[in-house]
Amino acid sequence: MSTLFAVVETSGNVGETIVFWVCAFVAVAGALGMVLSHRAVHSALFIAATMMALAVLYVALSAPFLGMAQVVVYTGAVMMLFLFVLMIVGVDSSDSLVETIKGQRLAAIVLGLAFAALLVAAVGSATYQVQGLDAANTVDGGNVQGLAHLIFGRYVLAFEVTSALLITAALGAMVLAHRERHTPRPSQREQSEARVRSGYPQNLPGPGVYARHNAVGTPALLPDGTPTDLSVPEPLRGVSAVVGVDHEDTARVIALAAGRAVGPADEETES
Amino acid sequence: MTSLLAVAQGDLSIFGKDPFWLVLLKTLVLFVALILLTLFTTWFERRVVARMGQRSGPNRAGPLGLLQPLADGIKLALKEGITPASADKVVYLLAPMIAAAAAMLVFAVIPVGPVVSIFGTETPLQLTDFSVSTLYILAIASIGIYGIVLAGWSSGSTYSLLGGLRSSAQMISYEIAMGLSFVAVFLWAGSMSTSQIVAAQASTWWYGILLAPSFIIYLISMVGETNRAPFDLPEAEGELVAGFHTEYSGLRWAMFFLAEYVNMINVAAVSTTLFLGGWRMPPPISTIWPGANEGWWPVLWFVLKIYAIIFVFVWLRGTLPRLRYDQFMKFGWRVLIPLSIAWILVIATLKGIQNEYQTDLRTSLLWASGILLVIAALAFVVDVRRVAETVEEPPEFDAYAGGYPVPPLPGQEFTVTRRAKATVTATAVPVESATPIDEEEQS
Repeated sequence: MSTLFAVVETSGNVGETIVFWVCAFVAVAGALGMVLSHRAVHSALFIAATMMALAVLYVALSAPFLGMAQVVVYTGAVMMLFLFVLMIVGVDSSDSLVETIKGQRLAAIVLGLAFAALLVAAVGSATYQVQGLDAANTVDGGNVQGLAHLIFGRYVLAFEVTSALLITAALGAMVLAHRERHTPRPSQREQSEARVRSGYPQNLPGPGVYARHNAVGTPALLPDGTPTDLSVPEPLRGVSAVVGVDHEDTARVIALAAGRAVGPADEETES
Repeated sequence: MTSLLAVAQGDLSIFGKDPFWLVLLKTLVLFVALILLTLFTTWFERRVVARMGQRSGPNRAGPLGLLQPLADGIKLALKEGITPASADKVVYLLAPMIAAAAAMLVFAVIPVGPVVSIFGTETPLQLTDFSVSTLYILAIASIGIYGIVLAGWSSGSTYSLLGGLRSSAQMISYEIAMGLSFVAVFLWAGSMSTSQIVAAQASTWWYGILLAPSFIIYLISMVGETNRAPFDLPEAEGELVAGFHTEYSGLRWAMFFLAEYVNMINVAAVSTTLFLGGWRMPPPISTIWPGANEGWWPVLWFVLKIYAIIFVFVWLRGTLPRLRYDQFMKFGWRVLIPLSIAWILVIATLKGIQNEYQTDLRTSLLWASGILLVIAALAFVVDVRRVAETVEEPPEFDAYAGGYPVPPLPGQEFTVTRRAKATVTATAVPVESATPIDEEEQS
């Protein structure tokens, strides 16, 4: 942060100062919101806001490539995947507070301290051994070229090791999520052929088509008044969940439809 | 005049020097122009699709029905904005704003014309530009996805959620192909800034011809990216009612509508800038009429090019049925992305040779892209024929696979094994009746 302040103070640019304070506020508020919000999706949104504020700060600090890469990679790809998983997990699921890994807290504290030490060292070296952006950019003739030179030159081993790690992680995820199929997947053609051969190629009747009630368990009535199980979803079919059909009621409907006079049946429909 | 030369050479130093009022004016004009173009595009789409379907389309309100979008807009503004009880209120209201705002932001880096004089100030017809403005376009596009995903999630409806999931998966997948199709342009132009890419195309051919595979990949992925037919799976009405915006109505729905059409204009503008020479008129006309690339004329060429691309959008919608979801994803991941990577390899090699030996490799580039396209077409034909010819036979059942008696797997049937056959022929019983299945049927 001290470097940011330094930049803001030395440049003396009013616009830059405004950008810094707005983005700093958004970034810190987003970070706090991410920790404090109860729903996982809100946390993800807050951290996305933080990342975008950081990206704007990068751009304001004359590092547009870094800023854009931040938005494309972190906000666009990583956070979107997080959001994707959270959405699949469910809208109303709450966080489980049971710690499943032994020594989780201790490891978290140690790693947190280590990360803080790393950050202090990095910021310190950036503060006290300043080369200056212009000097760094002129070495390779541009910001992007300089980054490319460092990543694919001096740090190429670290870059490749990181990419190997990422690929391993991706492969691991694929292996874990892989499910063996015992039979070949039926093609669209086979499915349609099977459907025609099943003797009932058309859509199944929906619940309540011609029926007196529209509950899922109520069997639909065919145009001639006979009930059909086809409208009941497979898991409910044959189970006691299927509501019985009131045949007298059905008969009245058929009679009404046929235009025949039907006597008052109020005592029957009371139930 | 120096600034005119600067734009011709693709120098970025002319940007960021506009007075404050001019920046405001450009922003305002872009905003208003995008709204008006959206209105015009809805009319254009309905008229063209109607003509393709032997109808006349909207032709009552105003001349040629041009005021129809205005009437529709007023109707939308007067409708009730419904918020479902199960919705996550804040996110539900935020989502359309994110979608519309992200759509509006892209045009900030699109070069619309050369340097002109506005009220005595020489300025390029582009809000701003910087060294990585094409990445900015990709970044803004990825933020735009948030609007759709959050709308799907926050509505508290299954259809919306499924639509949101689908569209996020779709847009992420096709954004990869889109980004990869940019890489060839970056390599060949030697820059990621939009104005420099336009300037680079002035001295050579349009990248749409020179880098034809990239252009084709971009054309396909931009349709997927904007959720338009035949890739409009997130709002497949037969399956998902209206997808992510099922629960939206009134002005909030109008914002999604606006975002979709502005995004259409955006991707058309990006493809114009990156592949069709931007605002420049190509040589045969620009050599006869040198004034074609000066002053305000290029704005007209730019808009015409955009509408040529939008016509393709409408044409696709009027012609093609919607793809099945798994086919669509398979196409993105197994065809577009590997093809892009192979093409980038070719491009990088050629560019390396060109840099090393200072030769002009435009013809070899055309050969390479031609060969790649022929290979892709052949692969497609072979794939289609293979699928058509393959009669899916279940693997033959071996009752003693591995030396032990095993039951059939699902889909397999009992058949006569070698040993059973031997017994059968020894006892001279008809083969058919010896199979277990026939025995079952007889009983």
